[in-house]
Amino acid sequence: MSEPVSALRRARYAGFVTVEEAGLQGMVQIRGDLSSDAFTSAVSDAAGVPMPGLREASLDGRNGLLWMSPDELMLLCPYPEADRAMARLQATLSDTHHLALNVSDARAMFTLQGNGVRDVLAKLAPVDMAPDAFRPGMLRRTRLAQVAAAFWLRSDTQAEVICFRSVAPYMMELLSTAARPGSAVGLHGG
Amino acid sequence: MLTLKCPYCGVQAEETELHAGGEAHLTRFGPDSSDDDFETYLFTRENPKGVHFERWRHSHGCGKWFHAARCTMTLEVFGTYPAQTTEPPQDIRDAITAKRPGWTWREFS
Ligand SMILES: [Zn+2]
Repeated sequence: MSEPVSALRRARYAGFVTVEEAGLQGMVQIRGDLSSDAFTSAVSDAAGVPMPGLREASLDGRNGLLWMSPDELMLLCPYPEADRAMARLQATLSDTHHLALNVSDARAMFTLQGNGVRDVLAKLAPVDMAPDAFRPGMLRRTRLAQVAAAFWLRSDTQAEVICFRSVAPYMMELLSTAARPGSAVGLHGG
Repeated sequence: MLTLKCPYCGVQAEETELHAGGEAHLTRFGPDSSDDDFETYLFTRENPKGVHFERWRHSHGCGKWFHAARCTMTLEVFGTYPAQTTEPPQDIRDAITAKRPGWTWREFS
């Protein structure tokens, strides 16, 4: 059995914000009817966190549920537990229409840490990053420069970004360039 | 810069997060249709200076298709609405009438 490795093996860049590829992260993409109680309670049970609302990230440590679209969620869990979480979900939902796919090896995650996280994201995404417009717990699925991404804030100084694994090197360079010392805009503090 | 509100996820999405999908409310004609119907479906498009109805996809967001009513001359947006309809809903028509009394577009007014 080969040893799983993350896209950039925890590459790290220390700028005015610290950028780090987060390493292996379990991610299960789930689609179904979000208005069905049977579906949402099974998903919530499998993830171990409450259902997120519209454009929210429901997080508890390494576990979480991300609201991705009106019929799509992303389950977060420790990497080795993704298949188990998916199996649990499929067992509960055997009679309910849904789709679940372990995409852990097809995605990459990055963490941003520092006072300037809002500045870094605001440079790259067409998103209002003002503290009263984008708050911790909210999620935004958008683009960072030229690639699709989703991000959320764990706090005012910590953000997480996910993207396709195939664009992880681009994302690392992008975030690092935006976090280069001396390039802080200072629009959102930091 | 054109900004449209995605009716599915509520995001005020600016143009680079969206993908234009051409004219809205087309009736599709496929196999077994008459040549005239198929030709009209394939090639005949509105090209108004003013009120227009379009399809857009929130491609870099929730991924859903939706409809937008806007003015091609001023870029004013009258409203956006979900794709699960074959005609503009009444509230959208009312919003347009308030700004452009007497407007018409294909069979709608
Ligand atoms: Zn959307």
